Amino acid sequence: MGTYIPNTEKEQTEMLKKSGYKDFDDLFKVIPDGLKLNRELNLPLGKSEFEVSYIMEDLAGQNKVFHSIFRGAGAYDHYIPAIVKSVTSKEEFVTAYTPYQAEISQGILQSIFEYQTAICELTGMDVSNASVYDAGTAAAEAITMCKDRKRSTVLISEAANPYVRSVMETYCFGTDTPFKIIPEKDGKTDINTLKALLADDETIAGVYVQQPNFFGLFENLEDIADIAHEAGAKLISGVNPMALGIMKTPAECGADIAVGDAQPLGLALGFGGPFIGFMACTSKLMRNLPGRIVGQTTDDKGNRAFVLTLQAREQHIRREKAGSNICSNEAHCALTAGVYLAALGADGLAEVAKQCMSKAHYLKNKLSEAGFKPVYEGEFFHEFVTDCPEDAGSVLKKLKDHGILGGLPIEGNRILWCATEKNRKEDIDALCDLLVH
Amino acid sequence: MELIYEKGSKGRHLDILPVCDVEITEMPEAFKRNKPPALAEVSETEISRHFTKLAGRSYGVNDGFYPLGSCTMKYNPKVNEEAASLKGFTAIHPLQGDDSSAGCLKVMDMLSRNLCEICGMDEFSLQPAAGAHGELTGLLLIKAYLKDKGEIGRTKIIVPDSAHGTNPASAVMSGFTVVNVPSGEDGCVDIEALKDAVGDDTAGLMLTNPNTVGLFDKNIKEITDIIHEAGGLCYYDGANLNAIMGICRPGDMGFDVVHVNLHKTFSTPHGGGGPGAGPVGCKSFLADYMPGSTVGEISEGKLTLKRAPKSIGDMKSFHGNFLVAVKALAYILTLGRDGIVDSARNAVLNANYMRVALKDTFDMAYDETCMHEFVMDLGKFKDETGCAAIDIAKGLLDYGMHPPTMYFPLIVHEALMAEPTETEPREMLDLAVDNLKKLKTMAIEDPGRLHTAPHTTCIGRPDEVCAARNPVLKFVREEK
Repeated sequence: MGTYIPNTEKEQTEMLKKSGYKDFDDLFKVIPDGLKLNRELNLPLGKSEFEVSYIMEDLAGQNKVFHSIFRGAGAYDHYIPAIVKSVTSKEEFVTAYTPYQAEISQGILQSIFEYQTAICELTGMDVSNASVYDAGTAAAEAITMCKDRKRSTVLISEAANPYVRSVMETYCFGTDTPFKIIPEKDGKTDINTLKALLADDETIAGVYVQQPNFFGLFENLEDIADIAHEAGAKLISGVNPMALGIMKTPAECGADIAVGDAQPLGLALGFGGPFIGFMACTSKLMRNLPGRIVGQTTDDKGNRAFVLTLQAREQHIRREKAGSNICSNEAHCALTAGVYLAALGADGLAEVAKQCMSKAHYLKNKLSEAGFKPVYEGEFFHEFVTDCPEDAGSVLKKLKDHGILGGLPIEGNRILWCATEKNRKEDIDALCDLLVH
Repeated sequence: MELIYEKGSKGRHLDILPVCDVEITEMPEAFKRNKPPALAEVSETEISRHFTKLAGRSYGVNDGFYPLGSCTMKYNPKVNEEAASLKGFTAIHPLQGDDSSAGCLKVMDMLSRNLCEICGMDEFSLQPAAGAHGELTGLLLIKAYLKDKGEIGRTKIIVPDSAHGTNPASAVMSGFTVVNVPSGEDGCVDIEALKDAVGDDTAGLMLTNPNTVGLFDKNIKEITDIIHEAGGLCYYDGANLNAIMGICRPGDMGFDVVHVNLHKTFSTPHGGGGPGAGPVGCKSFLADYMPGSTVGEISEGKLTLKRAPKSIGDMKSFHGNFLVAVKALAYILTLGRDGIVDSARNAVLNANYMRVALKDTFDMAYDETCMHEFVMDLGKFKDETGCAAIDIAKGLLDYGMHPPTMYFPLIVHEALMAEPTETEPREMLDLAVDNLKKLKTMAIEDPGRLHTAPHTTCIGRPDEVCAARNPVLKFVREEK
């Protein structure tokens, strides 16, 4: 069997004796016999490292690795520079716990502080936390930040990612938060209905809109911010951090809270996780921000030092009065995003964003020529929706047989396509050649 | 030390991408950002050295002893890391379809089945991303179930006063109110207090067993019976599962829903504060409410993702922290039914070995056989020497060891809670005991030195009050 127990059976026996126990049964006699399993677990015997390694490789081999991916919808295939993996696999980072002991955790604390700085720079917001689980949970936690005694309802745009909306709705079920959906019109959040919903109801605490939205389109976020604020509600903007290399920031648009997934910043697709939810807000909302926050201070000799701070917000101090239950977050993913952003720099990030956008537009034109007409008119970033001249399922199967993961089939025999900097012109051409009628 | 933003100079960068091979599309003016983000401008050399230095200012399980109570900082096996970095897992899109992700579904299926057997549950969801997230998930299952049964008057969750802060916080996020029940003198649930607390409004109970003081609550069946008779459900917080896996099971103790921490019991690394994973298991009567997608079999060996008919919805986008699940599966395969029991036994042995060796040095909060961890009570010691639990903890840093958990559980005031785990050799336990004894001597002979410890780390004690009063939460570049 495989084991990670260093002490030999002989040593174990000696330790038992030294501690005053005859054997393991004696040690475990505090557990009543009636509660014990009294049989072996119905699992196989332990295996050698060689066997386990073989099994895991076999399982990985049963998945199809596509050589080109044109699917996004919240999980994006970007190039990850080699330095990212090199840094993030350092075992001091991988195997550490939450940095409770600041004196031996300065490296991790500083990496989080640098991440918080980067998120503030990207979003334009004043304050960032150390991360939450993913885009969905970030958006869901943001709802609680908006609520007060008078305002408890949230409006969620139908044009936002359904995988994010679904998490928001689950959290609303938990906190008994009423929510209404702002319908989508021509692929964007319907502003007239938004106005009507806000006019109808004085209890609206927050409005959630995604930029660019699920269909890839740019929303008129500044107008939406004004409309929400006039009605006394806050604006939560979901945002793709990659787009922020070149796109107007949530802060510039007037958002109170910016949330999203930093997965595009150096994290693998990994069948959907671990990803990392980022949350940033105005300084006015700082004390409503959930999760860990790292702050700069000095040590007893006046050296720069970093600590977990503003902990009076958190569950381990406030228990049932805490705004959130979050404890473990995605610190190692924050490190990853931090290294990615350091590697790219502002110019590099802008270049990746620009290439994503350019390739998506090239793909749209080529697909259109192949008979896949765009459904919506508006300006878009790196995703867009087309009609499908034949059954979407069979089109996507054909692509799959050629090692290409096509766009995501969505309602009405439509396809949501995505392009990133990884999609070379020749791959886009090959894709479209397969689809030409 | 300098921040990455204080290194490099304008224009330094890495060459990552080729020149764009299609016509450039510019961001429309209306949506363009006004100025670029002030990110780092550094070379690859500088990045590599910067983070190598940061790594040197961090402390992981690989750096030394890490007896952080309640956190189960066991060794993180490398074969697990290797498995999780296989391209056949890392390059898989979460929405690429059942056929092309059959290996991922198999991983999810195998892990879920294994966890069911280990916990005595009928179904598992891998969607929750951490322990607290699992708690929230489990409580929402209870909420959905009660609502479905028309039991809307059941609004209260009972939590012992020794519980981790996430328990009451999760209860509130699930829309329940919290009823705190005091622990008995023995650190276990006070049965009479529990009987007084239950009623028609009881939705459920949240409990760990072994409990947060490291003791196995012998009355557990009576406790879960009291809750069930009152019409409530029982939630098992799996934070301390490492002590009992393969020996007894939450399902057999009367629990209806559990979460396990893959980043504790199942050896996946903590990453400096995540990603973890907090899969949730339940008895079959709750299975219809499970979140997200679980794996089902359509035909012999052919798996598919399915939604539970009355699902509470998604707790997280997609399928949970999948790559963490890969590591946990590799671990369970390695240990097998024999290794799992052996791990629990040695976790408990290592804790008792240290407890017995230390009981003449520090008062034990509960001087009896513990499970995987034990709590020292430094209350009297503080009165006698003026040195508190934090001073001993900081002193340990100078010996190159991570201290035990300080000031938890809250019911022991000067608590130091040590959990050595099964992956430590005897010599390390002996060394830790010696170091703690030396620190006691220092507290008596030279308390001043202990009050200002640590002396050998890269920084001394930080000013936390100042950090909270004048929050500096990001770097702001001074205009030149």
